[in-house]
Amino acid sequence: MEILWGNSAIFIMANENQSTMDGAQALIKTLDELGIEYVFGYSGGAALPIFDALETVESNIKFVLTRHEQGATHMADGYARATGKPAVVLVTSGPGAGNTITGIMTAQMDSVPMIIITGQQVTWMLGLDAFQEADIFGITIPVVKHNFLVRETNELPRIAREAHHIATTGRPGPVLIDVPKNVSQSDFSGDLDSPIDLPGYKPELAYEIDQADVEQAALLINAAKKPVILAGHGAMIAGAEAELMELATRMDSPVTSTLLGKGVFPEDHPLSLGMLGMHGTAYANKAMCECDLIVNIGSRFDDRIIGQADKFGAQAKIVHIDIDPSEINKMIKVDQEVIGDAKAVLKALNPLVEGKSNEEWNEAVNANKKKFPLGYKKQGGLRMQQVLDEIYELTNGDAIVTTDVGQHQMWAAQFYKNRDSWKWISSGGAGTMGFGFPSAIGAQFACPDETVIAVCGDGGFQMTLCEIATAVIHKLPVKILVLNNHYLGMVRQWQELFFDNRESGVDLEGNPDFVKLAESYGCKGINIKRQADVGKKLQEALDYNDGPVLINAECVKTDNVFPMIPAGAALEDMLTEPPKHKMAKPVGST
Amino acid sequence: MARDIKTTDKKPAPRADIIGGHTLSMYVVNEPGVLMRICQIFARRAYNIDSVVVSQGRDPAFSRLTLGISGDPAGLHQIILQCNKLVDVIHCSEHTSQQAVVREMALIKVKAEGPETRTELLQIVEHFGGKTVDLTESSMIIRIEGASDKVDAATRLLASYEIIETVRTGKVLMARGEVAT
Ligand SMILES: Cc1ncc(C[n+]2csc(CCOP(=O)(O)OP(=O)(O)O)c2C)c(N)n1
Repeated sequence: MEILWGNSAIFIMANENQSTMDGAQALIKTLDELGIEYVFGYSGGAALPIFDALETVESNIKFVLTRHEQGATHMADGYARATGKPAVVLVTSGPGAGNTITGIMTAQMDSVPMIIITGQQVTWMLGLDAFQEADIFGITIPVVKHNFLVRETNELPRIAREAHHIATTGRPGPVLIDVPKNVSQSDFSGDLDSPIDLPGYKPELAYEIDQADVEQAALLINAAKKPVILAGHGAMIAGAEAELMELATRMDSPVTSTLLGKGVFPEDHPLSLGMLGMHGTAYANKAMCECDLIVNIGSRFDDRIIGQADKFGAQAKIVHIDIDPSEINKMIKVDQEVIGDAKAVLKALNPLVEGKSNEEWNEAVNANKKKFPLGYKKQGGLRMQQVLDEIYELTNGDAIVTTDVGQHQMWAAQFYKNRDSWKWISSGGAGTMGFGFPSAIGAQFACPDETVIAVCGDGGFQMTLCEIATAVIHKLPVKILVLNNHYLGMVRQWQELFFDNRESGVDLEGNPDFVKLAESYGCKGINIKRQADVGKKLQEALDYNDGPVLINAECVKTDNVFPMIPAGAALEDMLTEPPKHKMAKPVGST
Repeated sequence: MARDIKTTDKKPAPRADIIGGHTLSMYVVNEPGVLMRICQIFARRAYNIDSVVVSQGRDPAFSRLTLGISGDPAGLHQIILQCNKLVDVIHCSEHTSQQAVVREMALIKVKAEGPETRTELLQIVEHFGGKTVDLTESSMIIRIEGASDKVDAATRLLASYEIIETVRTGKVLMARGEVAT
């Protein structure tokens, strides 16, 4: 009896404990209040209390178990790039946290909001090489917008709110919260509503626009005869589509966009030049060489769009509108900067811009559109361009398209013309292979009613293909388009052009039968081998919505992407077709 | 057996592309890891941190940092903006010696045997307004403080004696007049 009595006392105590909250529960409650809809993750010991809180706390949060932590980060990334809202990545300590690095870096390079929560060893073991301890705080400093190592349970809600605020305001980015297990497991006795306290962080300044800078920019704009507007991701993040259209119309100026800016200005608009840069359209790059003014709205003058920096826009005045002061004069010396949120800046700028017509200049630009159109050979077998062109037509340019990295990505950028923001999802700054498919899963979770197409190479797809399971479980109708050339095509192209066609480490012998592989996961698979079948088979895939479908298109093995500006070369040295003579090795990196 | 590490008071030969003597002042949140974030920015862009002084601010929630930096002056402005972008940095700015008072202190331990050497050393100490802060039969520790070039000059003069070791605090600075640092 004595023993029984003792036991029930313990039982009552445990019950009492349950009526209070632990740190993990306070954390999940806070994330729910912040409107977090999805947590993508992978479990493990140090994150156990947080995983348990997902079960014990009543919330609107949906948890998605991925097959790899990298996949979780790219899913959160795809979700954010389709909605503008952050998702949460939840993983365990050590190897789990380590596997998120590539995905965090990818988000950081492209200014994508994300909250990564990593489990951690207990605080008194930190620095002692305890089991699955990794200094993820130290490791991630260079690849996050900000990070936290939480040492007090009661600080969890405040830090979660700070992380969300930092991730989503100003220039967005990933924020990591490292949570030692004892911190998440201990009783919470703090204030769930404790306010954020970030004295060094002032994103509200982005809406205080310097009027003198705006006036100077307007002077340059009104004096220009041959302007080009360069629209970047920043214009999209700011939601400046209408203001951008108004500016382009007033200026009667052609508009080119960066890889990440695709869609912020409709690519089927007569003033659109499509994408510029290394594999951009010839007419966009030529316009950049011939113009007398470049108005950059929310692009960071990436090395892949400027080529040789000292020759970029040498003839032109340059106006740079950016929310991040450290981007001004970083790559390109500008004539006038305006610091601030792109929408707020354009709202101030547009009334000062005189409406005019630039017939002569636009005629010259349009002549280049006729002279150097994007095209491809219909002979010699099935080309990736044809598949992309046909899927563009079949979806009317309305699908959400994610891409992996390589030749297929550049052709997708050229042939899938985007009319809207938030529908083109591609790893630009980091160029992360393995991004395409998981980011499509994230985008499909975010937009269940949209057609989502993951354009992948056979190389990159194999880096994260385990997520087929995730797509199958959730019956996500993602169209996985594997453009299969049996090569690491983009690298092979460089070897062909610059290294005497010596192939080194690019042959993907040993590729699986992708259709059988898909089927083994319970995913529908379709092969495309003949040019004549493309439309029919793509339509079949588009009509199938009971789960994911993988389309394996057997493509020409040794095709090359043009136009091409060799890395580090000037825009005027663009190749519009295969070179007749041997090329010097590029001075730029990639 | 202890490893024999040779020390020298000679400055490394100046490199044409590297310009020293930039002094940055930062006001940052007083939290673990802040220094790591800042140092990574400088290291990545190949700037050398010649000296770093950190101490608690008047409000203990913040720290005051003074960094002596050498590196390409062309990129320094952008680096300052990158530092300012850090969530934990309240502000970061460069100060020239016209705008600010810059001071540092050196402790120099020299062999001081025999009355002649001692007298000479004490003359040098007096000239630079320094102090002897430790004195034994065979050595003394000299404290010199002031602008960096004065500390440099004293160290150079003392180098003709047998220096055992030197320690410098690195620069601290404060804006002149009523302007906040
Ligand atoms: C994770 C990662 N590793 C290596 C690279 C370098 N890289 C860039 S493109 C490319 C080839 C991609 O091949 P594939 O996925 O088959 O696409 P393709 O170029 O053939 O269309 C490689 C290896 C990269 N971008 N990312």
